[in-house]
Amino acid sequence: MNSTPATTASTTASTDLASTLKASPLDPATATLRHRQPAGEPWLTEVKQGQTLRILDLEGNQAVDIIFYNRHEVAEHYSASETLLAQGSIYLSTGSVLLSNEGRPMLTIVADTCGRHDTLGGACAAESNTVRYALQKKFMHSCRDNYLLAMAQVDAGLSKRDLVPNINFFMNVPVTPEGGLTFADGVSAPGKYVELRAEMDLWMLVSNCPQLNNPCNAYNPTPVEFLIWDGA
Amino acid sequence: MSEHAQHLLDNPPASNPVDAHPHWQRFAPELPADRVVFSEVVPGGGHWSWRLSRGMALRFVALDAHANCSVVLYAAHDPLERYNMPDSLKAQHTAHYERGHVLMSDMGRAMASVTEDTSGWHDPFGGLLDARRMAAKYGDKRFEAARNGMHRSGKDGLLIEIGKHGLGARDLIAPVNLFSKVSVDDAGRFHFHTGHCPAGSMVELRLDMDVIVAISTAPHPLDPRPTYAPAKVGIAAWRKGPAPADDFCRHFRPECARALHNSDVLALC
Repeated sequence: MNSTPATTASTTASTDLASTLKASPLDPATATLRHRQPAGEPWLTEVKQGQTLRILDLEGNQAVDIIFYNRHEVAEHYSASETLLAQGSIYLSTGSVLLSNEGRPMLTIVADTCGRHDTLGGACAAESNTVRYALQKKFMHSCRDNYLLAMAQVDAGLSKRDLVPNINFFMNVPVTPEGGLTFADGVSAPGKYVELRAEMDLWMLVSNCPQLNNPCNAYNPTPVEFLIWDGA
Repeated sequence: MSEHAQHLLDNPPASNPVDAHPHWQRFAPELPADRVVFSEVVPGGGHWSWRLSRGMALRFVALDAHANCSVVLYAAHDPLERYNMPDSLKAQHTAHYERGHVLMSDMGRAMASVTEDTSGWHDPFGGLLDARRMAAKYGDKRFEAARNGMHRSGKDGLLIEIGKHGLGARDLIAPVNLFSKVSVDDAGRFHFHTGHCPAGSMVELRLDMDVIVAISTAPHPLDPRPTYAPAKVGIAAWRKGPAPADDFCRHFRPECARALHNSDVLALC
């Protein structure tokens, strides 16, 4: 029933794991900002157009859940479906252009030593934990609690309606040709990083994922580091 | 009568003014007549929305081959609760929908369940044809020249529909594209399956809470056919009833059982 002829969608970015590995020439010693993000905590901060942002997986296999917004018009948000439709494939890596719901470039991935990042897996929430694991898991800490708290504490004009499908940096969520989806062991490791150039002024909403019910953080959420360089 | 008024000819006579045609008898005659509430034939590229109660079901039938029907769901009691693509996919470990799957909200509740399905694959990746892509692919065909034969995009159609319910562009979520099959290869690339939807394909969504449903029958953005020719879709709404204890979807996966349980509790509150 499903063996219908397939047509290859046009692709503008390769998703071959090895071919997208790319190291950055930037020196951490010259970074404008170095920010240690504790395990399981949120961060809502600005990133300016032209700045380069590096996310560094300090201890390995740590999912970092991020949504980006246009800082001057927060109704414009990162769009997973626009991004995937434009690149014709589902994994994010070097060369991926992160598009907004208006189809505009928000950031470009310019370096990546991990090779694959997810944008289909979403962010964990107490309510979805009740569905995925057990009703009694509802009081465990979650990414969405992080998002809601950060949005309440920072006056950015953001609220729950703006919690759209996010990017899970360093998370590996393979889709099979048969239409299955799995949370696989991470492809990341200590010291791996991904680097993005901001194409517009942004709000960056981060949850350093506290999920303990699946291997997305290797059952051990750990801190990560953010480094920011000003544009040339 | 001028040719410009031809569309008046099939208006109902004053003696029989309610032209609520029983379209469902043509495309879903198996439904119990006493429980069908309304039916529509949505032209290709068309869009509409409804507020539907828990226990209602929408039966969608592709009236021509190559149909696509984009569907978004918002909770009627609070549209901040809405269908959530990632939560639904990861809970059910799936990258497609078929009979048994449940469309879940961000609040961990079943919004709709796939109770009937002849096609075996509906696309959850949320692609929507927008005006820019539509013009680049099919050329310009606007109302001034084409009247209601104009090209309509899925994105604009859904924006119009959710706008009727007070929702704006920032509220537009990734839809489910019924009747469309997009698979992913080992390298992560999308493949659109052009022959996936023959005429007569059928899928049914049972609503597990009171919802606002908006749909568009514009083409799938990955459909490689060069002409704008979206299929008509028949939609019949009927009172199926809430998921019983022995419901197929409830037993499809443990996650489906818990999501439906969470909706059952909401209905009692």
